Amino acid sequence: MIISVASGKGGTGKTLVATSLALSLKDNHKVMLLDCDVEEPNAHVFLKPAITGSEAVHIPVPRVDEAKCTRCGKCAEICAYNAIAVIGEHVLTFSQLCHGCGACSYLCPEKAISEEPREMGLVEWGQADGLNFAHGKLTVGEAMAPPIIKQVKQKADNGGTVIIDIPPGTSCPVVEAVKGSDFCLLVTEPTPFGLNDLALAVETMRELNIPCGIVLNRAGVGDDKVEEYCRKENLPILLTIPLDTGIARLYSKGIPLVEGMPEWKDSFRELFNKIKGTSR
Amino acid sequence: MKEIVVLSGKGGTGKTSIVGSLAALAERKVLADCDVDAADLHLLLSPSVKEETEFWSGQVAYIDPDKCTECGLCQDLCRFDAIKDFRVDPVSCEGCCFCSHICPVEAITMKENLSGHWFISDTKYGPLLHARLGIAQENSGKLVAVVRQQARKVAEEQGFDCIISDGPPGIGCPVISSLSGASLALLVTEPTLSGMHDLDRVLGVCRHFSIPAMVCINKYDINEENSRQIESHCLSQGIEVVGRVPFDNVVTESIVKGIPVVEYSDGRVSHEIEKLWQNIAERLDRN
Repeated sequence: MIISVASGKGGTGKTLVATSLALSLKDNHKVMLLDCDVEEPNAHVFLKPAITGSEAVHIPVPRVDEAKCTRCGKCAEICAYNAIAVIGEHVLTFSQLCHGCGACSYLCPEKAISEEPREMGLVEWGQADGLNFAHGKLTVGEAMAPPIIKQVKQKADNGGTVIIDIPPGTSCPVVEAVKGSDFCLLVTEPTPFGLNDLALAVETMRELNIPCGIVLNRAGVGDDKVEEYCRKENLPILLTIPLDTGIARLYSKGIPLVEGMPEWKDSFRELFNKIKGTSR
Repeated sequence: MKEIVVLSGKGGTGKTSIVGSLAALAERKVLADCDVDAADLHLLLSPSVKEETEFWSGQVAYIDPDKCTECGLCQDLCRFDAIKDFRVDPVSCEGCCFCSHICPVEAITMKENLSGHWFISDTKYGPLLHARLGIAQENSGKLVAVVRQQARKVAEEQGFDCIISDGPPGIGCPVISSLSGASLALLVTEPTLSGMHDLDRVLGVCRHFSIPAMVCINKYDINEENSRQIESHCLSQGIEVVGRVPFDNVVTESIVKGIPVVEYSDGRVSHEIEKLWQNIAERLDRN
């Protein structure tokens, strides 16, 4: 079973929930945590895994053999991303714009274009106290997160439970990270910002046909509009975590909630049972 | 034109609350919400929308079932796994058009994609440029570029020389699009290990694109030891810490009321944000 932990709004507690859920289950289940927030991965800050392997993430970008090239311009004409251009006697490639679709090399009438790998990030994996772990890191200065997310997800164990920490937002990195999940936990907070972004995240999950449930974090501040929204939209609130300075302090030090306050383990196990009960 | 973009790496550190307050403090400026995925600034500024424009960007492949001979070439060649059973999954399609070029019976056409909307609004603090990316859409970086370009246009029309932008979390495509060519990045962080880790990466992005950066430590008193570490780390890299805003529930209360915190309360948070703005304004004058 694949459970994603997403939110729309950043900083609502995705990583807190994902790490605590994984740590609460690991004694009795085969469980793996994948951190797919490859722009700002943080799960490792809490889990401190021993990294046992890593590999670079590449996308194939064009390399033009100027001796074979006739400057016909076909490649520039078909590239949807303006990543290749014919300027006078030269063909210029802009590899940062290239999505690696392969169209230019396939369609070049002179077979003058080959592909070479361009590194854009890294996937690392290992173990944290019996918990299998993998995450990805987008190289600073690179723009495209989805190829790294895709490669992190290839590290998922077969069988058992896979918990995925999803990046914030609702666009392509979120879609890449969340697709294929059996269930999505949406972590929110009881404020107008939390509600606005929760509604966007719910729409995204509905578009992707993934059942979801809510974790309400920092309960006790703000207003009750999130709860009202959940009732109206028939979304179950599966766990409520109060605003608590003790929890915030643990978080600030990078200590998982269920490690600093083990009494929370039962709540996360119960959360898991509720997910199993509500998902397809 | 001076353009300040507020970033953080980690989400939820308080970018939008700070930008809302800067909107109330700064004069003669245009505001831009570059977090087009999950825009929240409008919830603090109560905009009235003056102009709404569709954002068409990118293309999605469509296979005509009447023409398709199910040869499977498109499925074999698509590197985004967007074609299954001779149908295109529009969410996975990256609009590269490869399939439309190679289909032997020309059954595949590309359709323009409505990926969102952008708005020019009036607020009591000045014009606001904002946008809404369609659900599960790509091209957020391009929509950010449109918001910034329109913000510059409005600023020029009104004779203003300052743009304050609320940026997205992360370090990827929409962040790079928010940052490139800006005069200054204000990085809002919090004294948590995650916040510090993420600050370091977004500082790296600023360095990569040669954008001067300044740091504001929000909720600095939730872990003062971490805050001191951030200060010394910034000092060692020549990055100025221009704001130290304490944690206070008054910020959440102001969000619930839908007004910038500096207008809601005159407590410590507001005073510190006022000092933050003075520091930024001085730096902008120096540049």
